[in-house]
Amino acid sequence: MTEITKEIVAEHGLSESEYERVLDILGREPNLTELGIFSVMWSEHCSYKSSKKWLKTLPTEAPWVICGPGENAGVVDIGDGQAAIFKMESHNHPSYIEPYQGAATGVGGILRDVFTMGARPVANMNALRFGRPDHPKTRHLVSGVVSGIGGYGNCMGIPTVGGETNFHSSYDGNILVNAMTVGLADTDKIFYSAAAGIGNPVVYVGSKTGRDGIHGATMASAEFDDDSEEKRPTVQVGDPFTEKLLLEACLELMATDAIVAIQDMGAAGLTSSSFEMADKGGVGIQLDLDNVPMREEGMTPYEIMLSESQERMLMVLKPGREDEARAIFEKWELDFSVIGSVTDTGRMVLTMHGEKVADLPVAPLADAAPEYDRPWVKTEAPAAINGNDVAESNDLGAALLKIMGSSEIASRKWIWEQYDHMVMGDTIQRPGGDAAVVRVHGTDKALAITTDCTPRYCYADPETGGAQAIAETWRNLTATGATPLAVTDCMNFGNPERPEIMGQFVGCIDGMRKACTELDYPVVSGNVSLYNETNGTGIHPTPAIGGVGVLKQSDHMSTIAFKNEKDVILLVGETTGEMGQSIYLREIEGREEGAPPRVDLPAEKRNGDFVRAAIHDGLVTASHDVADGGLAVALAEMALAGNLGAEIFQHKTDLTHTAYLFAEDQARYVITSSSQDAEKLLERAMEAGVPIEIIGTTGQNELNIADMLHISVSDIRDRHSNWLPSLMDR
Amino acid sequence: MKAAVIVFPGSNCDRDMKVAFEQSSGKPAQMVWHADSELPDCDLIGIPGGFSYGDYLRCGAIAGNSPIMKEVVKKAASGTPVLAVCNGFQVATETGMLPGALLRNANQKFICKDVDLKVVSENDRFVGGFETGQVARLPVAHHDGNYFADDETLARLEGEGQIAFKYADADGNVTDETNINGSCNNIAGIYNQAGNILGLMPHPERLISEQLGGTDGKTLIDTLINSLN
Repeated sequence: MTEITKEIVAEHGLSESEYERVLDILGREPNLTELGIFSVMWSEHCSYKSSKKWLKTLPTEAPWVICGPGENAGVVDIGDGQAAIFKMESHNHPSYIEPYQGAATGVGGILRDVFTMGARPVANMNALRFGRPDHPKTRHLVSGVVSGIGGYGNCMGIPTVGGETNFHSSYDGNILVNAMTVGLADTDKIFYSAAAGIGNPVVYVGSKTGRDGIHGATMASAEFDDDSEEKRPTVQVGDPFTEKLLLEACLELMATDAIVAIQDMGAAGLTSSSFEMADKGGVGIQLDLDNVPMREEGMTPYEIMLSESQERMLMVLKPGREDEARAIFEKWELDFSVIGSVTDTGRMVLTMHGEKVADLPVAPLADAAPEYDRPWVKTEAPAAINGNDVAESNDLGAALLKIMGSSEIASRKWIWEQYDHMVMGDTIQRPGGDAAVVRVHGTDKALAITTDCTPRYCYADPETGGAQAIAETWRNLTATGATPLAVTDCMNFGNPERPEIMGQFVGCIDGMRKACTELDYPVVSGNVSLYNETNGTGIHPTPAIGGVGVLKQSDHMSTIAFKNEKDVILLVGETTGEMGQSIYLREIEGREEGAPPRVDLPAEKRNGDFVRAAIHDGLVTASHDVADGGLAVALAEMALAGNLGAEIFQHKTDLTHTAYLFAEDQARYVITSSSQDAEKLLERAMEAGVPIEIIGTTGQNELNIADMLHISVSDIRDRHSNWLPSLMDR
Repeated sequence: MKAAVIVFPGSNCDRDMKVAFEQSSGKPAQMVWHADSELPDCDLIGIPGGFSYGDYLRCGAIAGNSPIMKEVVKKAASGTPVLAVCNGFQVATETGMLPGALLRNANQKFICKDVDLKVVSENDRFVGGFETGQVARLPVAHHDGNYFADDETLARLEGEGQIAFKYADADGNVTDETNINGSCNNIAGIYNQAGNILGLMPHPERLISEQLGGTDGKTLIDTLINSLN
């Protein structure tokens, strides 16, 4: 038997004090298999040991929340006995090392999280962050990640309906690949993971177990250095066809009442799935590892328990239902094996070749995982930059064109044309708008889905950035006419052992908490990815938020495209000239400076509720939230989408033209309406105390902004659509 | 009118095709499992898009040898119309029901977008709802849609009115620029010699209402269903 030395303990990522705790719990030294199990269960990735204290402060409840954080995914009621089930998860480290497989298995993992709960996945989204465009690895990573996401989702037949992509040097050595899945289920057919029923069979289904991905969860909990490429063997390999079979087989079995509990094998594979099921059910489990379907000969208990082979599930069945379940999995040509049973011992007992190879208490291992209150320092908020602190541009048209063709604003069409975004036949708002919208099949309802985060705001002022990320998703859903319901969060940060990084985390959570509370928009699921650093340099703090909303009547949906000539264009919300951290400042003046725009949550709520009601009542012909790049970019995007220009009047503010057009003040929307309806909108806004102003009319094929700028829509289109292809296809 | 849709384990446009058939016919379409060795009584067969058996080998290669496809080939030979979309088109070429093969897209990437298609040949059953030469807009979503056939086959397809659609621009010009995937002669869809089988890469079942972004797919499927009533 391998002797457990200090070096072996350290290689398993356990600190000395954590190892002391292991010895306390067991009252003896662990064997290597047991040490491996502790290592993954107590990894940052599985235990949330640095983040738990803060995650607990987020609001997670609302009358429509059926299941909040803690299960495989969050569940919200969307009416008529139906539920939306969703979650976002990171696959950052594997995607940097092996972009195609890393991204593909990230999609596979999040799909399993959703269909484990009984939902048929209906939409995939993603949030991607790459290094600066001219970094030598960026093109390779973009190409691999995009084809990996497409390769998996396209084969599964789940539409990938949108997402967001940023490029910034802070991600040069550590990209972010966050994948989100939304599924649909009936509220009375939702499956959970708590094992129950002493003596009930524990069943393994799906792919065979191989040696791939061993210690993936531990890798995800450490920083990168120059030797990270050597970690390639810890990246799993995806097989979307098998996952498609697993999806159909699971849903077919779920239509019966044979399942007691079910859990996918994701990070830390069989270890974390079996412990979580036992822990949630307050029971023990015994497993005979000889019965685990294996891809290769001679696998050790250590390897079997830590493998992260993909496309596998663990279930507890009702007694006597094995044959019925087996027939379904055999029909889909998948492995099905009874590998153990539920016990009343509260222990996880593993045997192989007739010998006991591990015997661990479940509750202490799962619940008594270390929890840290890491020291943190608050990020010093930089001074605001007001409109009048920025010089007036001497060529506003050139500035707008440059921004439309910049890495932040340019069209992502090159990416989403590689994703099948129409399969399943319910996509009624395709990528490129404020949020994607998919119909709830066979009903009048639809779900709106978006992912957002503005990392440069979070870096400058984590609290404001955290609040802004929540508010922007809420605004994007609102701009389609949907009622925002809840969010999933994917918290990507650097090394939490550094107080300034921990301070970013604490600040972002605080901002998110305030925004979720004020907007009645709880967090129902999420994931934390820490140690996103290479050689001691952390990424920009990136709390990626996935928001989901519902449209009761899908034909009330609004889009960003200008629709008709001579519609009235209105700006909702106040423009004060917030230029700090703006795209204008970065792209035109080369400065990444200042405070991010303030987030006024009561104003967000008031303005958003006004816009949503106006859309619902049929007064609005187009709507778009004003975000990166400010008013000028919002107008240009609406013109591009509708292939229709606009005539914008001279503004009446005392701001410079530059600040009026490019400030990134929050809580704003551009909407259009017929001239009769515009009068109604003005009246309604007055009553609701919402700042609103008629700023122009649609028409022609140019964007003319008073005497400030005149550009043809086709010139804007050229700049906007060419940037990414010219980067990638050269 | 009874329609059947073939379902391979990796089919993923089977439901979309069923929905489109049912919308046009008002009658339920039957789903037929790949391992079955008999077709139900039907007068239209749909072979849907997807990844039949994973398609890690050559797209449609294994599906082409499945039990149900032997029956489909027989039934098609007796004149039953077949609509083979995307992966279904790939499967149809693998069985020899249609000539040629679908190779990897010239740009090596998956392509999902609406494309303009020139309606090339008359075939009332499938494209009677369009004028010959008209442009129809349908979405594509494929990685392997690059149609290839030898010169002799291409000449026959061109000469005998077997080309259904070509990738074009909005005005119906067929050029290298409009050839999204590198297909020989910009071919997006073809008929068999008897004209009862249409194989095409674009997905008519995806554009069947204004809410989905267009109705040219509905026009095609309505025409097909009406021809059987």
